[in-house]
Amino acid sequence: MSVETERSSTESDVSGLDYEETALTLGIPGGARVAGAELERKRGFSKTVDLTSRIGTSEDRSDESPDTNTAGSAKAPAPKARVVGWPPVRNYRKNALKSSNKYVKVAVDGAPYLRKVDLEAYGGYEELLSSLQEMFSCFTIRNYPNEERKLVDPIHGTEYVPTYEDKDGDWMLVGDVPWKMFVDACKRLRLMKSSEATNLGLILNYLIFELKRRSSACFIYVFPLSFLFV
Amino acid sequence: MREEISDMSEDDETGERARWAPDLSKNRSDDSDSGPGPPIGDSPPPFSDQILENVLENVLEFLTSRRDRNSASAVCRSWYRAEAQTRRELFIGNCYAVAPHRAVERFQSIKSVVLKGKPRFADFNLVPFGWGAHFEPWVKSFGAAYRHLERICLKRMSVTDKDLTIIAESFPLFKDLTLICCEGFSTFGLAVIAERCRHLRVLDLIEDYLEDEDDEVVDWISRFPETTTSLESLVFDCVSCPFNFDALERLVARSPSLQRLRVNHHVALEQLRRLMARAPQLTHLGTGTFRSGAGFGEVDPNLDLVSAFGASRSLVCLSGFREIEPEFLPAIYPICANLTSLNFSFANLTAEELNPVIRRCHNLQTFWVLDSVGDEGLQAVAETCRDLRELRVFPLDPSEDSDSSVSDIGLQFISEGCRKLRSILYFCQRMTNAAVVAMSKNCPDLVVFRLCIMGRHLPDRITGEPMDAGFRAIVMNCKKLTRLSVSGLLTDKAFEYIGCYGKLIRTLSVAFAGDSDGGLRYVLEGCTRLQKLEIRDSPFGDASLISGLPFYYNMRFLWMSSCNLSMRGCKEVARNKPNLVVEVIRDGVEEEEEEEIEAVEKLYLYRSLAGARTDAPAFVKIL
Repeated sequence: MSVETERSSTESDVSGLDYEETALTLGIPGGARVAGAELERKRGFSKTVDLTSRIGTSEDRSDESPDTNTAGSAKAPAPKARVVGWPPVRNYRKNALKSSNKYVKVAVDGAPYLRKVDLEAYGGYEELLSSLQEMFSCFTIRNYPNEERKLVDPIHGTEYVPTYEDKDGDWMLVGDVPWKMFVDACKRLRLMKSSEATNLGLILNYLIFELKRRSSACFIYVFPLSFLFV
Repeated sequence: MREEISDMSEDDETGERARWAPDLSKNRSDDSDSGPGPPIGDSPPPFSDQILENVLENVLEFLTSRRDRNSASAVCRSWYRAEAQTRRELFIGNCYAVAPHRAVERFQSIKSVVLKGKPRFADFNLVPFGWGAHFEPWVKSFGAAYRHLERICLKRMSVTDKDLTIIAESFPLFKDLTLICCEGFSTFGLAVIAERCRHLRVLDLIEDYLEDEDDEVVDWISRFPETTTSLESLVFDCVSCPFNFDALERLVARSPSLQRLRVNHHVALEQLRRLMARAPQLTHLGTGTFRSGAGFGEVDPNLDLVSAFGASRSLVCLSGFREIEPEFLPAIYPICANLTSLNFSFANLTAEELNPVIRRCHNLQTFWVLDSVGDEGLQAVAETCRDLRELRVFPLDPSEDSDSSVSDIGLQFISEGCRKLRSILYFCQRMTNAAVVAMSKNCPDLVVFRLCIMGRHLPDRITGEPMDAGFRAIVMNCKKLTRLSVSGLLTDKAFEYIGCYGKLIRTLSVAFAGDSDGGLRYVLEGCTRLQKLEIRDSPFGDASLISGLPFYYNMRFLWMSSCNLSMRGCKEVARNKPNLVVEVIRDGVEEEEEEEIEAVEKLYLYRSLAGARTDAPAFVKIL
């Protein structure tokens, strides 16, 4: 409601990005830019992973780079200096609520069972993917020449794309938002067969667009979906 | 949660102020002693009086209320002696109000001790580490004097493993150890208690902070005797390190009297099911987490969980529910109607997820929940839980500028549905005077009203006015009110109302409120039953502090931090009132500073028979 509009206005103010710059198109990736990042070239999955893990850490040092805004600081117009012990909530309660592990179910298309992973246990997308690879040990992570990474079942050659369901029930591609945001938003993971993902390619595009509109992160960058069209 | 223990602040039974006029020659304190008494060491009474005293002792055995005992001891010397002989429970509301040896000399047949230490604002990191409240001198005195001690209950004390060892060694009949908001001990101390207190019935660890290093955790659960135990209550949800689950399962299996079990968050549903199967007689259960284990290929726990809860017909109190997976909640449906107490305050639930559970809890009297359920969730509570006596709504995000989903609307719902409400703690960001007024009218039985509007100085969200009118209505209409916490934008007017109408208030908590000294004066002069006053970040200065001089003896303590106090004012209080201990607490001071800082950041003053304590650290200056 009012908080959201406030958020989106501060977004563009702080990020310095025009709406047009961040608009998604179906054109060839490479035209989009990210505030504070290098000029765009075709980025594989791993590149986005790298980028997010870098930005993930800079979130914590948000005063260093005013462009990389996070949900928290965009909320209140002028946050007051924090006071000790206010609001009056005991440490036991604060710790218990904070450290609630983020266990999410992982489903694999075609496999009959579910696994659970604790997202809090990982530092970033790299670790998560490695862990998934170990878990569903039939996969290996195939490295493409352009450093794209996918999970591949070596026996059948099927490729899997990691997707997740966010708080709003929408299915997103893993890796398109900063790590911390992902941890917060992710409700469950699904390793989707590439072929299916292709069909959803257009839908996912739209979903990313929606995510950008709704969320307070101001550096949604174009996720190159070209590989889905293989 | 143990309602009877967890809110120990509601412990006072003092009479009117006039009764407790200070008498320096007689040396009494409201907390530990009873009324005025003879100096220690007077000569024994004549023979005939001794017979009367013996008769009296037999009668006084039946007197359990602390207040009644205080009255009885004030009648005459004979009654004083008889009462001292027959008192079985020692209650000391401030461990520095009296010296251990004095308590032990007067009361010689104590079986149960309740001892409180740090001021409550220590819970919010306002009291620096190392301030005091050490249990050691007490346990040593008790160890020497009370061979028959059975129960120790401590709140906000610093307790070491060595102290726990002394307990285990000194009291052969020891039955009940309850530690609330304590720190300083570890699993090592727990192991000693488990191993050596062969008659242990209750081991309740509630919101304590344990000092375990990750690699030094002791398997204390395994140390309980291998034979059938007499355990009735085992509460350890605050012991954050992992434990030996198999040992716990075996322990539960050989504890037929076990009624209360609260485990920590290292227990998943599959394990919970096993525990419940071992103890179908449980009345109070803390589930730890409420999620299934992380493995794959597991048997679906749902089936067994349903039957486990179905078999636990005695359950009346449920808590835990950390890391909750709501899809498992239907398992508790069969017992919801039996529940009188439900603690969801660690469960991040939406209104939709709460609804099917709460709609079945018609008999709920105590309910703790997170504000994630929103006003809508509270509406469901209001419509179903007509018998509710205590409600606590905690913030999911306990930060000042968080978005809270509960507001005046939820409070309004509750006030309309839960007419028998006695105690409420409500965290929110948006509130109106109208809702608070409505609660004051709809819930006249309120004894405890604690409203925490998390944003500082926030006014009525609709009218933009201060929250004075709401709190005025509370103190006017809730004639049984003994505990009040205020928040939001408040002027001196609010305190004028509190002083005028809040005649029964014993505990008052104030933060970021008031305009001037006048505010505090109203309270000190008007609230004749005031025992505990804690104030932070409010513009009250020396004049108001000094205006309270006639009243401080009748109070347990006064805490003021980040107000406008100076050393001049505090020294004047100390000078005028020798039986008050005036502590000025500074932050981050290691050694004595050469020059004195005039501004007083933290003041803690309390009445005491013991005088200035000898264990004060360098950052505490006693005037």
